Amino acid sequence: MEIGFDYTRSLGPVLSRFMTALAERRILGCRGSDGRVHAPPLEYDPVTYAPLTELVEVGPAGTVVTWTWLDRPLDGQPLDRPFGWALIRLDGADTAMLHAVDAGSKDRMRTGMRVRVRWAPEPVGHIRDIACFEPLTDSPPTLPGPTAEPVTMVTTPIHLRYRHTTSTEESRYLRGLAEGKVIGQRCPSCGKVYVPPRGACPTCGVPTVDDVELPDRGTVTTFCVVNVPFPGQRIPPPYVVAYVLLDGADIPFQHLILGCRPDEVRMGMRVAAVWRPREQWGTTPQNIDHFQPSGEPDAPFNSYAQHL
Amino acid sequence: MTEVAVIGFAQSPCLPSAGTTSGVETLVPVFQEVLAATGLAKQDIDFWCSGSSDYLAGRAFSFVNAVDAIGAYPPVAESHVEMDAAWALYEAYVKLLTGEARTALVYGFGKSSAGQLRRVLALQLDPYLHAPLWPDSVSIAALQARAGLDAGRYTERDMARVAARSRTAALSNPKAQVSGSDTADDLLAAPYVADPLRAHDCAPVGDGAAAVVLAAGDEARRLRARPAWITGFAHNVDSPALGVRDLTTVPSATAAAAAAGLRGGDLDAVELHAPFSHQELLLAAALGLGDRASVNPSGGVLCGNPMFSAGLSRIGLAAKLVMSGRADRVAGHATSGPALQQNLVCVMEGS
Repeated sequence: MEIGFDYTRSLGPVLSRFMTALAERRILGCRGSDGRVHAPPLEYDPVTYAPLTELVEVGPAGTVVTWTWLDRPLDGQPLDRPFGWALIRLDGADTAMLHAVDAGSKDRMRTGMRVRVRWAPEPVGHIRDIACFEPLTDSPPTLPGPTAEPVTMVTTPIHLRYRHTTSTEESRYLRGLAEGKVIGQRCPSCGKVYVPPRGACPTCGVPTVDDVELPDRGTVTTFCVVNVPFPGQRIPPPYVVAYVLLDGADIPFQHLILGCRPDEVRMGMRVAAVWRPREQWGTTPQNIDHFQPSGEPDAPFNSYAQHL
Repeated sequence: MTEVAVIGFAQSPCLPSAGTTSGVETLVPVFQEVLAATGLAKQDIDFWCSGSSDYLAGRAFSFVNAVDAIGAYPPVAESHVEMDAAWALYEAYVKLLTGEARTALVYGFGKSSAGQLRRVLALQLDPYLHAPLWPDSVSIAALQARAGLDAGRYTERDMARVAARSRTAALSNPKAQVSGSDTADDLLAAPYVADPLRAHDCAPVGDGAAAVVLAAGDEARRLRARPAWITGFAHNVDSPALGVRDLTTVPSATAAAAAAGLRGGDLDAVELHAPFSHQELLLAAALGLGDRASVNPSGGVLCGNPMFSAGLSRIGLAAKLVMSGRADRVAGHATSGPALQQNLVCVMEGS
């Protein structure tokens, strides 16, 4: 499963000026209360915690303070070939900046080596405008760019991958669905039936072990009408998401109610599962496409009042 | 002043992959063990507090699922920190000091193996200047390790000795994920994974959970013949700006130790949360440990580092030494953040 989000963050006065300068291919540091220059700049003094406001230009070359070497770069890192990570003290600064060094080979990395900024082709006012650093050679440095509009926001895409493992109980439930069955489990202590099974009874805290096959019909305990569009939405709004209490279960589960107008859905409405065609079944909750009205008379409130 | 003691500890085995990101099936046996050992039932616990991470689990409010493992009916008083559960223990400790609770159960859990841990941990860095570069946790530790080597604080052989001693100690720890009898020379023959770090210098990635039970005053005396009384508990933090810190010192650990009254030369044993071998050496100096203290008799987190419970387990393991009568004065340490940025020290004594 991949999870991704573009984090968009507003900038305070110090980082706004820093990012704007990056867009102009310049690097700013700030002067702290003890006279030291910090690059990248700090918003608050590390000694007195007072806001810092005096920005000074530093770099674009500097000295490696410490380093390591990465043979296999990870997703999102500045370079996709083996490179060095380093803390780099830029000329004119007293503290160091973390960045990548495109040295080609680990043999070229050493503490004290001289490096220089390599700029991204099209700076936008983001820390990634510094593509990386490179060993200082005689080739001419990139000149600063033209004046940029003030940068007040930065956007950083974040993507992570996860491999989710099912518990024993979830596995039983999913295998049941693949055979067209709904499998819950009963708590050995209080006797309540949970679907999907949860690993431990949330009332008693003991593992649930006894399987219970449940019918694929039940009662709407509560519901909402979704009117708001959102990215990835599969059904055009308005549509209904409801808690459905399967007959014999002690906990409702969430599903779609289709097959009627949203304004016809009500608490106590009796509904039945609509399964996808058997040839599409897998070990997935999507085997039940949605629930629809079963046509039975509404369940009395008292029959589900304990499960709201 | 209310006296507070650790009266119980249990942990799951540290495994390369175990359980789900909900933590429920990992926590249930840990709760059962720690409650049985203290003679308490779940309804005897006044306050529950946990440490875990949504970024580790890959979903929002992931800690809410774990409450199933408690069996939270009737409703319980519960809190959570998005940190190692050692900081949850601090919250519970303060709760007991206030007198609002007499007993607390603190637990931590995490399934590091669900994602790519060294990338996930990049997101604990400042989101403007550092995280967008995705500097992975092992590389950041390597920058610190080299800074210490360059400054002459230790050698790569010293680092290998820490790993060798830890692995040998872990041979007698059934919960450990890694153990072995390799010598420092054997270990130094291995290639670098992030120069100057070799595989043995880095804690393994693993899954697990742990729980500690706290009790106040007479409650502790009633439940445990020899409670591990907490005599000092403090935590401090260094700057999030990596390049501003002197990475060869750990001022926040020194400050926490002073505030907790650690007296490093006067300890029988200490469990340090040092996920990289050089960090144990930096911490030993920062905490002023003398020769007397046995360091990481469990094998430490180089032999099993389940995220969000490993720090709590340092305190639980140290407390166990007091509760079993094997030590009189011990300390547990926990760390969080990049390159030992945040540090917590808990000092415990037998009566």
